[in-house]
Amino acid sequence: MKSFSNTYIFVFSTIMVVVVAALLSTAAMVLQPLQEKNIEIQKKRNILSSIRIENNAKNAEELYDKFISDSYVINADTEEKDESLNAFEIEMGLQMKKSPEHRSLPVFISSLDDGTKKYIVPVHGKGLWGPIYGFVSLNDDFITLYGAVFNHDDETPGLGAEINTDWFGAQFTDKKIFNNSMEFISIDLVKGGADPESLNEVDAISGGTLTSNGLEKMLYDCLGSYQTYFKNQMKNN
Amino acid sequence: MSDKEPLFSSKNLKLLTNPLNVENPITVQVLGICSALAITVKLEPAVVMAISVMVVLAVSNVVISALRKLIPPRIRIIVQLTVIATMVILVDQILKAFAYDVSKQLSVFVGLIITNCIIMGRLEAFAMSNSPWTAFLDGIGNSVGYGVILIIVGFFRELLGSGEIFGYPIFEKIGIYNIGYENNGFMILPPMALIIIGIIIWVQRSRNKELIEES
Repeated sequence: MKSFSNTYIFVFSTIMVVVVAALLSTAAMVLQPLQEKNIEIQKKRNILSSIRIENNAKNAEELYDKFISDSYVINADTEEKDESLNAFEIEMGLQMKKSPEHRSLPVFISSLDDGTKKYIVPVHGKGLWGPIYGFVSLNDDFITLYGAVFNHDDETPGLGAEINTDWFGAQFTDKKIFNNSMEFISIDLVKGGADPESLNEVDAISGGTLTSNGLEKMLYDCLGSYQTYFKNQMKNN
Repeated sequence: MSDKEPLFSSKNLKLLTNPLNVENPITVQVLGICSALAITVKLEPAVVMAISVMVVLAVSNVVISALRKLIPPRIRIIVQLTVIATMVILVDQILKAFAYDVSKQLSVFVGLIITNCIIMGRLEAFAMSNSPWTAFLDGIGNSVGYGVILIIVGFFRELLGSGEIFGYPIFEKIGIYNIGYENNGFMILPPMALIIIGIIIWVQRSRNKELIEES
């Protein structure tokens, strides 16, 4: 075996590192616009799915423009609209890290074909391995959920990752986040089967207990930060 | 290497076919088990994973083999890891740009290809001492051998665990639930992947006595 001098080894590794760095940064820069576009489309698809509109990567943008009629950002402190912010660009994950009164809360409003209005809010929380997030839509009574869609980055396939299946999201329809005395109760994920009569229980995921717990907490925290807004809206109705 | 060897000589073809059977990386060499447990719950991620590993292994094998006379032996492992990591990041970036849905499904496991022992193993054992073309064939052969097992395991786990094939609810369509069948939740859990791999090893060895070790 040939022996190599230390100088050679240093030169070799330096060249290798520079070549690899150049290659990777070029790839990252070239692919970035495509990746960002994908993320934007994914977000629009999630918003559409939360109001139970079938969509795919191709028609998402068109459907989004058709059904999402308005969006604004609520300032959690004053409960007033903040005109300077674009709801679509707000990262709910960053907002949830702030203290409750400093949050800017996006709301998307959709007018469906049957003339009803749905209010869509984003949710963001922690799963077992990484962030989980999604969108929840409410009927215009601001009590009853219309639909929900959840997504995740790193949950275990087949277990925690089941939160983005249709059956899981479909359970949230017609559940209520306020009880009869108008207290905020959020949604409970129940192990061993939810009571079908219950206002706010859905089935948790077997084998995905920690993801389910994270999702329950996410709904409590995120929907909780909207509760004043929801109550104000109910008064206006 | 003075006499010109045909590109697909029988020796070279062996590089492609051996890993499918007598030198299978999973069932015979017992490498890459971790990923075989993790991403075989459903078929689709298993297939994408197999393709990703194939790209990473074939290209890294060729790169390392082309550089083999230039790589100082003392830092060869670092060089190999750098090449693998670069390839894995590229695959990950490309999946995110062109196959966003699938890349979301595979999530963390694409990054974990770096830790797949098959890849390091082939670079160290084969690419470091063979020409780029044979290294390429070796890479393809081994990743196909790996992928075949993933797909077999994924097929049984998805079919018996979720009653679906590629997300198509086949059991529901043929009405097997009506006669009292229920999906086997155990299939979804990682231990079942090991058991299925065990069964594959059993079947393979009972058909090929050469593989049975002397005890």
